[in-house]
Amino acid sequence: MPASLQLNEISKRFPGVRALDRVTFSAEPGSVHALIGENGAGKSTLLKILGGIYQSDSGSLIVDGTERQFVSAASSIAAGIAIIHQELHYVPNLTIAENLLLGHLPNHYGYFRRRDAIRTADGHLRRMGVELNPRAKLKTLSIAERQMVEICKALIREAQIIALDEPTSSLSHHETEILFRLVKDLRRQGKILIYVSHRLDEIFELCDACTVLRDGHTVATHGTLAGISRAQLVEEMVGRKIDDIYNYRPRSLGSARLEVTGVIGKQVTRPATFSVRTGEVVGFFGLVGSGRSELMHLIFGAAQTRSGSVKIDGQPIRIGHPIDAIRRGIAFCPEDRKESGIIPIRSVSENINLTARQRAGLRGFFIDFSREFSVADRFIQRLGIKTPNRRQKIRFLSGGNQQKVILARWLNLTDVRVVIMDEPTRGIDVGAKHEIYNLIFELAERGCAVIVVSSELPELIGIADRMLVMRDGAITAEIARQDFSEHHVLSLALPDEQAA
Amino acid sequence: MKTDTSSGPKVASPPPHSDSSWRQVLAVLLEYNLVVIFLVIFVALAFCVRYFFTVQNMLGLALSVSQIGMVACTMMFCLASRDFDLSVGSIVAFAGVLSAMVINVTDNLWAGVAAALLCGAMIGFVNGVIIAYLRINALITTLATMEMVRGLAFIASHGQAVGVSNADFIYFAGSSFLGISMPIWMTLACFIVFGFLLNSTVYGRNTLAIGGNPEAARLAGIHVERMRVVIFLVQGIIAGLAGVILASRITSGQPNSAQGFELNVISACVLGGVSLKGGSAAISGVIVGVFILGTAENVMNLLNIDAFYQYLVRGAILLAAVVVDQQRTRGE
Repeated sequence: MPASLQLNEISKRFPGVRALDRVTFSAEPGSVHALIGENGAGKSTLLKILGGIYQSDSGSLIVDGTERQFVSAASSIAAGIAIIHQELHYVPNLTIAENLLLGHLPNHYGYFRRRDAIRTADGHLRRMGVELNPRAKLKTLSIAERQMVEICKALIREAQIIALDEPTSSLSHHETEILFRLVKDLRRQGKILIYVSHRLDEIFELCDACTVLRDGHTVATHGTLAGISRAQLVEEMVGRKIDDIYNYRPRSLGSARLEVTGVIGKQVTRPATFSVRTGEVVGFFGLVGSGRSELMHLIFGAAQTRSGSVKIDGQPIRIGHPIDAIRRGIAFCPEDRKESGIIPIRSVSENINLTARQRAGLRGFFIDFSREFSVADRFIQRLGIKTPNRRQKIRFLSGGNQQKVILARWLNLTDVRVVIMDEPTRGIDVGAKHEIYNLIFELAERGCAVIVVSSELPELIGIADRMLVMRDGAITAEIARQDFSEHHVLSLALPDEQAA
Repeated sequence: MKTDTSSGPKVASPPPHSDSSWRQVLAVLLEYNLVVIFLVIFVALAFCVRYFFTVQNMLGLALSVSQIGMVACTMMFCLASRDFDLSVGSIVAFAGVLSAMVINVTDNLWAGVAAALLCGAMIGFVNGVIIAYLRINALITTLATMEMVRGLAFIASHGQAVGVSNADFIYFAGSSFLGISMPIWMTLACFIVFGFLLNSTVYGRNTLAIGGNPEAARLAGIHVERMRVVIFLVQGIIAGLAGVILASRITSGQPNSAQGFELNVISACVLGGVSLKGGSAAISGVIVGVFILGTAENVMNLLNIDAFYQYLVRGAILLAAVVVDQQRTRGE
């Protein structure tokens, strides 16, 4: 039974922000409908209304010709809607079978029938064409596989409408392909698919129709993507033209600022040696698990080094704790903003001043609030951080704005020499990306040595002066800017059997 | 340099004035609803219960919660940093016994006070090191030290109350200034000092940052482990001080005193809106929490309610407060 979905004039406001303003969206059975827009455009809010997590202030939601009001997540699920959130919800210590059937485990007067569960789960997995062992515990799976399980769960509940929120943000190239195959299968079965992503390449490859949101409004709806250019979508999302979002600016490079020699850690299995010069932007490319994030943690003192040494401006330094690294002028923007970047329930101002205040004032004890407030206001303005005021709790900001706050935390220090950014633009919209690239160049022009770790190859090709490729815990290649090409870098980063 | 963004900050225009001021009043009421509710109840009690709103009764009430109030200040830091401390009750008892014994030997009040503070500091330090550096769960660690320290109190005193005849010692908690007794002044001082520490110093803000997100705090250059040790250390010192004051009030060090003290302290904090998930706390809330506990007990005494029922009422108040708080913050 094919379903249809229509959202009419949906509005939703939060204290101080109008998240959605008369947004209209509809999707057809057997098609993949893209929902795109910058961070804070209202995509997540719209999905949450669809999923029954938020209730709209006005407007109507029509499924199969019947108007519905979802008062809870359960009522949305009952109506055949499944939302696959960016953060997946599962029980890591239970098996795939148990996770799939959770809530209605096969039992005999309370006695769990393990064999029935595994047989049922195996049937579902096979029907989906997913090759997974239902006995495996969820925590042993890759993120892509966990996503498969989540989608499978939706299908067991006979969901007709499936929304995927940024599903590929932490998937490797290969895993993305598997996901796409699955999505195309579901389309063939006549499901309605809603696909939220920042990656326009994926939209063009996968989607049939597209709705663009900006600042809580529906800006455009394209019934077909044929004849629509990438630039047009970007312009609709951002509301202005961005010719070259990277805006690469060559700089003159100075002497070696950061020298890393023979560093080994748990995942960095072979000694890593490299250096970054003043004013240079060095890109680190590698798949998830290649050791690139750990290498950055080692340099910053956030993980234990087994051997090796680090020099800054020729001076050997000993780093056992992030405090040592910060004192030597190393700044670090971690990969997972929510888990290790922001203090969610504290204000924008506190998040900006967190590091600087450790040394300011009377030996880092008393706080000069008037100074902190003016610093916060200055950065909010200079970096264009979208927030009602500096007192707003940071968790209410969009990802791009949270990232700017973390950058402000480091820009707030006077003597930053090395800036390490791990996935600085993950989950961030095009407009904010553009601003972050500009900041990266600004830092380099100020004489910082900048390291950018990313799994988005076009991004590194766009901004890096030089690229280092990591694979299986080792730095395997160094590529100068004139030799950058997607094919070349990818073939160096992929494990041999996957090499193109 | 930076390209200008034509789309600037896009925050919805503020709602009409009357609407917004009404909303603001509502928000302020919700923010301070504990304080408001407490004041309403307090005024009602003042009118309804005889002898409640008298100077003598008010001072008695304040004195009865003075030790809980002092330790609630440091417990607030502990909870705000996402930790937990069950050992404070045992520290109070042991510090009392120890100070009484030292005073009996040296005949010097300050030697006794020093011994109590030092032993509190040491126990707090051990708690902190085990929790921060060996990464043992705080609940388990302090459950263990709670038992051990209570054991030490019994061993040191051979299970008997240690009487003190030193006049200075009795005068220590018995003296008063401007008609208000010493322990109340000390508690007031704690409220002021720890309120200031929490709101206006890096120590306090770091505590909230650690409770809000320990990993982010570490990567931002906060020495998380050292901070946690200091938080427990200070908690131990204040518990030690509370121990001497209690011993002085009852003119003896009693190894079985302050049973369930830690739970009263944690109740007071939770009543005052300190989140057990860490990251948020306010001294005003803690003060109100302490006084809710004290008022409930005081009124029940004035009304001659059987002590056994008082447990029931205390538990019910705690439960009601957290349920209300949960409802209030659920939307966030």
